[in-house]
Amino acid sequence: MERFRTLTGRTLLLPLDDVDTDQIIPARFLKGTTRTGLGAGLFSDRRYATDGTPRPEFPLNRPEAAGAPVLVVGRNFGCGSSREHAVWALVDQGFRAVIATSFADIFRGNALKNGLLPVALAPEAHARVASAAGAEVTVDLVGQAVTLPDGTRAPFAVDPFARHCLMEGIDELEFLLGQEGAITTYEAAQGHVPMGGSR
Amino acid sequence: MSQASRTLFEKVWDAHLVRAATPDTPAVLYVDLHLVHEVTSPQAFAALRERGLRVRRPDRTVATMDHSTPTTPRPAGSFPVIVDAEAAAQVRALVDNCQAAGIPLFPLGDDRQGIVHVISPELGLTRPGMTIVCGDSHTSTHGAFGALAFGIGTSEVAHVLATQCLLAWPPKTLAVTVSGRLARGVTAKDLILALIAKIGVGGATGHVIEYRGSAVGALSMEERMTVCNMSIEAGGRAGMVAPDDTTYEYLAGRPYAPKGAEWERALALWRALPTDEGAVFDREVTLDGSAIEPMITWGTNPGAAIPIRGVVPEPRGDASVARALAYMGLEPGEPILGRRVDVAFIGSCTNGRLSDLRLAASVLAGRRVADGVRALVVPGSMQVKRQAEAEGLDRVFRAAGAEWREPGCSMCIAMNGDRLEPGRYAVSTSNRNFEGRQGPGGRTLLASPLTAAAAAVTGRVTDARELMR
Repeated sequence: MERFRTLTGRTLLLPLDDVDTDQIIPARFLKGTTRTGLGAGLFSDRRYATDGTPRPEFPLNRPEAAGAPVLVVGRNFGCGSSREHAVWALVDQGFRAVIATSFADIFRGNALKNGLLPVALAPEAHARVASAAGAEVTVDLVGQAVTLPDGTRAPFAVDPFARHCLMEGIDELEFLLGQEGAITTYEAAQGHVPMGGSR
Repeated sequence: MSQASRTLFEKVWDAHLVRAATPDTPAVLYVDLHLVHEVTSPQAFAALRERGLRVRRPDRTVATMDHSTPTTPRPAGSFPVIVDAEAAAQVRALVDNCQAAGIPLFPLGDDRQGIVHVISPELGLTRPGMTIVCGDSHTSTHGAFGALAFGIGTSEVAHVLATQCLLAWPPKTLAVTVSGRLARGVTAKDLILALIAKIGVGGATGHVIEYRGSAVGALSMEERMTVCNMSIEAGGRAGMVAPDDTTYEYLAGRPYAPKGAEWERALALWRALPTDEGAVFDREVTLDGSAIEPMITWGTNPGAAIPIRGVVPEPRGDASVARALAYMGLEPGEPILGRRVDVAFIGSCTNGRLSDLRLAASVLAGRRVADGVRALVVPGSMQVKRQAEAEGLDRVFRAAGAEWREPGCSMCIAMNGDRLEPGRYAVSTSNRNFEGRQGPGGRTLLASPLTAAAAAVTGRVTDARELMR
């Protein structure tokens, strides 16, 4: 996995609360068997009219969206379905960080495993980022702070283990595979038998 | 309050720690049962292949197909055909992956096939004290048995396939105590919608909920599953109910439930699971169960629920309420009762079990689906379908003019051919009223099977209590 230390880039504002993963990527885009190409379905029902033409007013369709790696949204981003496709679609579109006031649990975990940094800012700092939509910010994972357009730094909390994995480019599965001895010991101690019943 | 007092959640969590969390590393949590379906697993199996890894415990993994599979009625004995080429390829990938890894699979056409959260309990795979995960957020359903069950992403599906473990930080605990007893015509669905309306769609984020109190204790297992199922709609990591005699009676004799001496041994362990007196929760919420009314949603998330005799709220400067009203085509201040509907959808992992179908049938019996209304009744599994047919429920539905379909997720998730048309209103027993969830532009009103059946009959949002004999 690619290392993530700091990211400097423009923001794209999607000023919505409780954005669910069905909006991020509708279920009809989940019929594939790979992680690639999902950007085409990103926010599809909001981004395109029913005849497939782009809705010019939707932020992702505006010219300034191109090359903006930081998505700024409201509270409880990524609620609903566990579909990791939502994260794959955002990454495929070119996003590397999402700034919100809060995230849904499963989305946050999925994002961290795919190099998409979920940044939960305090409401006041978040409001300053949102009010300067399109400006450049620096997301510093090492220092755990976002440098705002006005030059001030807003701290954010992040799962220390996920932070370590992102900074070093380690896949969390590597860590788990390294626990094989402990897992085998646990299974032996539990006397874990097959699930039983009339299989 | 003693140090040794633990909650139900803490007991299950502690018993599955391969390694406890440290300040720098999450816990390594052992998974007893990994449920797999076609939509969120192919990329995980591919990840294992890329690394040359094997599925560590195929004997602790069970697969079925439900999300992208058609529910089109078919003649008895005929084999289902998937017309959608993409969905067919996805289903084929699941068959191939399960065969290669030796994972038991209940495929389309098998008598045990169905929605993953319906079949695991009915087969007795879901049991108290287990850890259960699945690449599906409604895995919280299994918490009804006193299991710790939660949805995971596809990367984590790969983690569990490869190691039978997950990395997880200890969540917080939330006690939801529902006192009193649900009134006649008020269901488990109304209870959970009332809770989400109270605490919000992010109200339980970071928490595992334990549902407690007399109104919860009085629920059947199927009703408890409906409640736990929608824990995720309040943002909860999981939802649990302490096991009791209702749980044990449900489990006894199920195909995969322990038998004989094994059963007695298991029962002794299960009886020690309920939260100890004096155990402390991080947060507590209380609800008066006796005061809960039949609920229905007016907006575009499950927290937007009101009593069925209530009125659509005013935005009061809240842009998301204004947006939801515009999407739903509803006016602030209008009564929801009487709103014309186009579709009634009865099914899903929330309300697709036998008792749900019995409720719907109790309203539809001797009545007709209103002109211009499409009513779909979709059993949650082949077993539910067989049982319903043995009771003659299918005849009730057909005689009323409703569609009696094959098991699957159906119109809860518009990816299998069952879809709500743009601008149309559906009263649905499913779990999500998100924009486009049931089909692009479709408008979903979440409610109980009673309310959905009543809407089918009248063609309008109706208080089912008026139709109950």
